[in-house]
Amino acid sequence: MNLLTSMGALPLLGALLIALLPAANTKLIKQAAFAVSLLVAGVGFAAAFGFDRSVTEFQYVERFSWIPALGINYQLGVDGVSLILILLSVILVPIVILAGWNESENGRFSVKTFYVLILILETMMIGVFAATDVFLFYVFFEAMLIPVYFLIGGYGSGERQAAAVKFLLYSLFGGLLMLASIIGLFVISGNQIGRTMDIEGLSTLQIDATTQNFLFLGFFIAFAIKAPLWPLHTWLPDAAKSATPGTSVLLLGVLDKVGTFGMIRYCIELFPDASRTFTPLIIVLSVISILYGAFLAIGQKDIKGLIAFTSISHFGFITLGIFAMTSQGHAGATLYMLNHGFSTAALFLVAGWMISRRGSSTIAEFGGLQRVTPIMAWSFFIAGMSSLALPGLSSFVSEFLVLVGTYTRYPVAAIIATFGIILAALYILIPVQKALHGPTTPGNENLPDLNKREIAAIAPVIAVIIFLGFYPKPALDIINPTAIDTISRAGFSDPAPVVGGNK
Amino acid sequence: MIFDSPALEYGALAPMLVIFGAAVIAVIVEAFASAKLRPALQLAIALGAVILSFAQVLRLRGTQTATAAVNSVVVDGPVLFMQGTILVLAFFAFLLLADTDAFAAQASAIPGSSEERAALQTGKIQTEIYPLTLFAVGGMMLFPAANDLITLFVALEVLSLPLYLMAGLSRRRRLLSQEAALKYFLLGAYSSAFFLFGAAFLYGYAGDVSLNAIHVAVSGGSSNEAFLLIGLISISVGLLFKVGAAPFHSWTPDVYQGAPTPVTAFMAAATKVAAFGAMLRIFYVALGGAVWSWKPMLTAVAILTMIVGSVIAIAQRDVKRMLAYSSIAHAGFLLTGVLALSQEGLEASLFYLATYGFSTLGAFALVTLVRDSSGEVTDLNRWVGLAKRSPGVALLFATFLLSFAGIPLTAGFIGKFTIFTAAYDSGNIAVVVAGVFSSAIAAFFYIRVVVMMFFTDAQDDTVSVTIPSLYTNLTIWIAAIATVILGVFPTPVLDAIASLAVFVR
Repeated sequence: MNLLTSMGALPLLGALLIALLPAANTKLIKQAAFAVSLLVAGVGFAAAFGFDRSVTEFQYVERFSWIPALGINYQLGVDGVSLILILLSVILVPIVILAGWNESENGRFSVKTFYVLILILETMMIGVFAATDVFLFYVFFEAMLIPVYFLIGGYGSGERQAAAVKFLLYSLFGGLLMLASIIGLFVISGNQIGRTMDIEGLSTLQIDATTQNFLFLGFFIAFAIKAPLWPLHTWLPDAAKSATPGTSVLLLGVLDKVGTFGMIRYCIELFPDASRTFTPLIIVLSVISILYGAFLAIGQKDIKGLIAFTSISHFGFITLGIFAMTSQGHAGATLYMLNHGFSTAALFLVAGWMISRRGSSTIAEFGGLQRVTPIMAWSFFIAGMSSLALPGLSSFVSEFLVLVGTYTRYPVAAIIATFGIILAALYILIPVQKALHGPTTPGNENLPDLNKREIAAIAPVIAVIIFLGFYPKPALDIINPTAIDTISRAGFSDPAPVVGGNK
Repeated sequence: MIFDSPALEYGALAPMLVIFGAAVIAVIVEAFASAKLRPALQLAIALGAVILSFAQVLRLRGTQTATAAVNSVVVDGPVLFMQGTILVLAFFAFLLLADTDAFAAQASAIPGSSEERAALQTGKIQTEIYPLTLFAVGGMMLFPAANDLITLFVALEVLSLPLYLMAGLSRRRRLLSQEAALKYFLLGAYSSAFFLFGAAFLYGYAGDVSLNAIHVAVSGGSSNEAFLLIGLISISVGLLFKVGAAPFHSWTPDVYQGAPTPVTAFMAAATKVAAFGAMLRIFYVALGGAVWSWKPMLTAVAILTMIVGSVIAIAQRDVKRMLAYSSIAHAGFLLTGVLALSQEGLEASLFYLATYGFSTLGAFALVTLVRDSSGEVTDLNRWVGLAKRSPGVALLFATFLLSFAGIPLTAGFIGKFTIFTAAYDSGNIAVVVAGVFSSAIAAFFYIRVVVMMFFTDAQDDTVSVTIPSLYTNLTIWIAAIATVILGVFPTPVLDAIASLAVFVR
């Protein structure tokens, strides 16, 4: 059974179905979209349960010849990392649809178009993580920009066109650099093993150091724009501020993960030597990202901007974990991708509800929400605590693993990165204090609390955050074998712990 | 002295003979048929000839490649593929030309004169556009098939002269159109002179005009190198002018803008195929041995062309001028295929030409639909908010633009991928890097148009989209479908090219 193709095709079929529904019946369209996304999530869970955790090879492998003249295959398969990210995507889509039930209504295009775009995007998200042919990956990587572009530009607020264009141009530029590298790889494969784009075939190539460095940079810059890493991050705050909360959740929660996922899957696996060469530079950039994102988050007056900058800080942690080149760092980074997806989703969704109720996204406009809207305030609080990695919530586990994994190889970077946690306390606690606590400020007295639909949307996210905080084993069981395998195949070994004393 | 009549291989020449024959018939029809009957009759002749000729191309497909007409024409795989492409493009171009509303009723009448008004009112509309186009198509088919310098020159003139005239036939904004025609003619004449000058020097170098003899002379390397270099440079200037490469591109935006849009569509799509076809043949067959003499020069031209095309396009406010600069940038990408000088480069170029031809035809066909009371609206500022009024037109135009930009799942992406792969494989990484950067720049102005159409509100509502005629509709949809299908499932075309694409000396 072609499980991955079915999972990827379902949303696309759903989009077709919705396209056939009458445009006026928006309720039916929303219900249909929600039902389709739930179904996809069901298939996603089936894939997770059927996944053999003891095997490090790709599973659910499918392979069909697509463009034989160029040796390109339609080729899918998942390992632990990609499975976790696919799971994240298929869980977040129904939550986003449910949470943003009305956010499609004030857009430039119809409600129908919104859900068609969301479902097309879901197909692309599954495809981009499941592809094991570099060409196929690139196709999804680029094609997914188009629905996001229309989602930001068509349904966002404020300077949405400019933000959408900025997002698209940054991503296209990175994509084109990656295309140059892919072409390079393709040609080299033709000279060595016959033309192929198969990731496993490509990882056996012998490439001289200079070429490898250039090809690595093509991939890395594309992923660093996507992830985003300082100094290539400037598109993200604009996009996150302008997009609807649901789109922002998918953008930061899933799409940006394509960058970090790509670093693991493509940069390290295909160019282990170049990865080693560039590791010090990337570690430095990651640490800068962590601190820079945190400092700018503290200074943000806009609640969406705040979340965007916290994400830049968090992506710094993820990149740090990946390029620490230890199995703990890798496992931590992958788990961080999952946890960041949920905690950002929670933050954005609650922030979105706060903004739509208050009609403003400025933090200073809120105050004393704890009394007026206790459920909303508690949700925001828990999401915020997860974002600053409070022990007992999911992000703590991953942040801890990343720092431990980094310390064994790069102690200085790990120590500096630790300051990011302290800054996180500032950037989360200050808005929490301003918006939730203290006396209720004028304009906030009559805000309604979350309704049942909104509670139904946020509850699973918070449940996951708490569950994975106490018991991350199910996720780590899937992640660990792949992380260890990636590190060892890239030619690294975990440094042995040095026991001090005995002087 | 006895003259033997030369043996002509009529079978191999059939595709071209059909078109030229139909062109002559069309001239006679133009002279004798009644004004009422003419448009339908001319269209039928043109379409019939194209179909018949295409059938001849298909018939020749499997046969042994051969030279014909005393070695002056060669019919091999690449030629047949290019002739087929030109014919398919011409077929749809004729459907666009069938909208006679675009053309001057009487080309000879002075713009704004009472003569012109009278011709329009009485409905005495000339349809010379059909025979002219047929002659141009014939020339285009001969150009890549020509096997010696004389035939090349003849083909060049046969394809160019009708185009000069056609550029001046616009019914609206006739002065602009005539200016375009004059500019095209003068610059075209200069470039023809360069071409001829180069041909003379190559003859002096090799002692023969046939491409094969030049190849032998280049390989032998005993003749006067100076003659070769002068000939090579001059002949390149002539060809680079035709493909619209920088620094010989300056005619392109003016002519594309001034010419009636259906003519622009035909010219942009089909001329490029023919000119690159000839260029590929000359550089691959005749001058391949002298690659180190022309590679640096052509590399510089390719990089310059890509950059000039994409950078200047940003500043354009007219959709036809923007597409013209985009076509210049694409000429730069295509030059990388010529530079690769490999089997792969040839195949990639052929594929790129086919995909580019379709997208271009479709894009210009859509331009003909956006109008106000005084005719087509090409000012991009008045295209804003088009998606609100005509989502279909905006969506299709966006598809063509995305294909030009090389976004995956469109034909443009596969084309770009294959041609850059060929360039990289030949070791010419500089053009690949330049190509990637200019693609990034180009993406900016394609996307700006998408923004204008989808995300900006219209200021005035005088611009409307006319309901396309059946013919135009067909063209647009076929072009759009081809653009997407070739992007998702290019295998049949790539395989066909791979099985055909070997140049015969």
